Amino acid sequence: MFPDQFLFGVEVLLNGLMAGVLYALVALGFVLIFKASGIFNYAQGVMALFAALTLVGIMDGQVPFSHLINAIFGMDVHHFGWHVPAFAAILLAMMVMVGLAWIVQYFIFRHLVGQEPIILFMATIGLAYFMEGFGDMMWGSEIKKLDVGIPQGGSFWIEEATAFLGGSNFYGFFIDQLDIVAAVVAIILVVLLVAFAQYTKQGRAMRAVADDHQAALSVGISLSFIWVLVWSLAGFVALVAGIMWGAKSGVQFSLSLIALKALPVLMLGGFTSIPGAIVGGLIVGVGEKLFEFLIGAPFLGGATENWFAYMLALVFLVFRPQGLFGEKIIERV
Amino acid sequence: MKRLATATVAAVMAAAPVMADLVFPSLSYRTGAYAAGGIPFADGYADYMTLLNERDGGIGGVMTRILECETGYNTEKGVECYEATKGEGALVYQPLSTGITYQLIPKATADGIAIHSMGYGRTSAANGKVFSNVFNYPANYWNGASAVVQHILDVNGGDIKGKKIALVYHNSAYGKEPIRTLEELSKKHGFELSLLAVDHPGQEQKSQWLQIRRERPDYVTMWGWGVMNQVAIQEAVNIRFPMENFIGVWWSGSENDVLPSGDDANGYKAVTFHNVGNNFPVFEDVQKHVVDTGKAAGAGDQIGTAIYNRGFYAAMLAAEAVRNAQAIHGVADITPAMMLDGMESLEITEARMAELGMPNFGPSFKVSCENHGGPGTVGVAQWNASSKTWSLISDFKETDMSVIQPLIEADSAAFAAENNITAGCK
Repeated sequence: MFPDQFLFGVEVLLNGLMAGVLYALVALGFVLIFKASGIFNYAQGVMALFAALTLVGIMDGQVPFSHLINAIFGMDVHHFGWHVPAFAAILLAMMVMVGLAWIVQYFIFRHLVGQEPIILFMATIGLAYFMEGFGDMMWGSEIKKLDVGIPQGGSFWIEEATAFLGGSNFYGFFIDQLDIVAAVVAIILVVLLVAFAQYTKQGRAMRAVADDHQAALSVGISLSFIWVLVWSLAGFVALVAGIMWGAKSGVQFSLSLIALKALPVLMLGGFTSIPGAIVGGLIVGVGEKLFEFLIGAPFLGGATENWFAYMLALVFLVFRPQGLFGEKIIERV
Repeated sequence: MKRLATATVAAVMAAAPVMADLVFPSLSYRTGAYAAGGIPFADGYADYMTLLNERDGGIGGVMTRILECETGYNTEKGVECYEATKGEGALVYQPLSTGITYQLIPKATADGIAIHSMGYGRTSAANGKVFSNVFNYPANYWNGASAVVQHILDVNGGDIKGKKIALVYHNSAYGKEPIRTLEELSKKHGFELSLLAVDHPGQEQKSQWLQIRRERPDYVTMWGWGVMNQVAIQEAVNIRFPMENFIGVWWSGSENDVLPSGDDANGYKAVTFHNVGNNFPVFEDVQKHVVDTGKAAGAGDQIGTAIYNRGFYAAMLAAEAVRNAQAIHGVADITPAMMLDGMESLEITEARMAELGMPNFGPSFKVSCENHGGPGTVGVAQWNASSKTWSLISDFKETDMSVIQPLIEADSAAFAAENNITAGCK
């Protein structure tokens, strides 16, 4: 038997790891785009929102732009009357995200090749606000329940299997089943992304573009295609993040704020490393949860997680500006 | 002949008083992270005013005009909206945010315009001797906190000594409002209070709910807003906390908050100062005169939801204050100063609410210079997940003013001292 306080600490640590995986899912989208194009995509959080809105809209058979259609044509249409199974809806939502990637590339970034990074960043701010408004017009702003069949709630099995470790005040470790699914999905996602980048022709082209745009162009790699590919992958990651976070809170416009959780992860893991996003996420998740458990809640009145995550990232930034796994930037004069 | 007709029209126009609209600014938030809560309130507020125009030809023969300004639930934008709209003859502001209310209190007081912060804002504004232009009837946060404890007392036969109550609150001025009252009530009734702050926006609350799982409070009460509510209810479900022991304030008690958790949210409770549902005769009029004629502010599908009803109720109280002001001053086209008089002597009776097609929609009450906060009576609503409806499970009951009134007096006295206000009535 272990002291209850120690077991509670372990429980907090385990949940911190799980929360870190969810943060990393959001951070991955930022990394993909930054790595391939040098763009810090401010719109990544809104992309997760838009992807989740689209998924729920498709699943529920919602008529897109129904408020607009009804207002202009005096109609009263809201739903098609069908329900699309989750798997098919995810595929359709992914197709929408690929379409969005093409639109973003064709109408915005194609015209901004060679511009300063700050201009590209500003373009993503514009894109974020446009997508938020567009998503509102397309799917409405009410909160929607997202149910793609992922189990939620504490795992009875884990609780019962671990209850014997402590005394009567310890009820076994609480681990949310959704978090377990998210962890498995994140691992699969990272393996697939790394394998794609290492072993496929498009993946190698993507890395070439990331290394040097001009050199990649000179050997016949289509910059335009690669950027569409990267934005599509980021859209896919956004969809996965949107599903996991949307299942927790319902799909609503504050989903776009999950980007705030990704920033310290990026500062820590580096903007160019896929494994860095995962490791950074885990460090932030565990760090903030343990700090809240050991110091924040007992001594500081709680709610320390947000600022502690940024403080932790700041400390890393001071000593290792490129992040844990980021590429060191050396500019020779 | 033509010249004669022109002269006649000119003479009539000069003789008749120019009837301007009765202007009601609506500081709404239809965009951003909190839009799901802002839209139904703004729709309810606008639909009631539209109903008065379409069905009755306005109030006392003067048409109402909603002046909507988007704040995005952002305090700076809210102040901008106030500055942009006050010159239009604004009669009363509903700031719809505690942060905006705090900023507007000195401005509106200097401009002689009324603020109605119903169920939010600065609680001690209930003391009209200090806050001459601010009204927060019929209930405030401290009444809400007391109502939660009162309900727990009722459920436990009046004895909650030794019970544990946890407050999960938004880590902001709003979320911290009930703490002082709950601390006083914990001393009085002997329950153990624990405080769990949640940072904005509240999407990640694992630490707080693990703490609740460890400490096993008997009851949890919540002062949340936006995504914090939905996540909290889902986390409570996840740790299998009994829903009937989870009681939110009215800003944590809308359909938005419980629907994402599906059937698991069944039994969740929220305190409220107005009635719920669409079973009121007035809504038939709204359907006929507003929705069916295409004049509804929204799609017409929010009628009867908790926050739509709140906006609708706020508009009804504003319109009744206008009627009162018109009666006091004998003019239909009232000024902001007259509106203040109308609000300060407003009386809402059950007979009047029934006449308006809103029987028992809210408590009966009378406002006075001393009391801008109304009766502070609060009811409890409970969520039925299968029918997807809230139902009132208690009457609007009195809250513990023996605890609340001294807090109001102390806080308003501190405000008066800080701002060199001499408390008193005209």
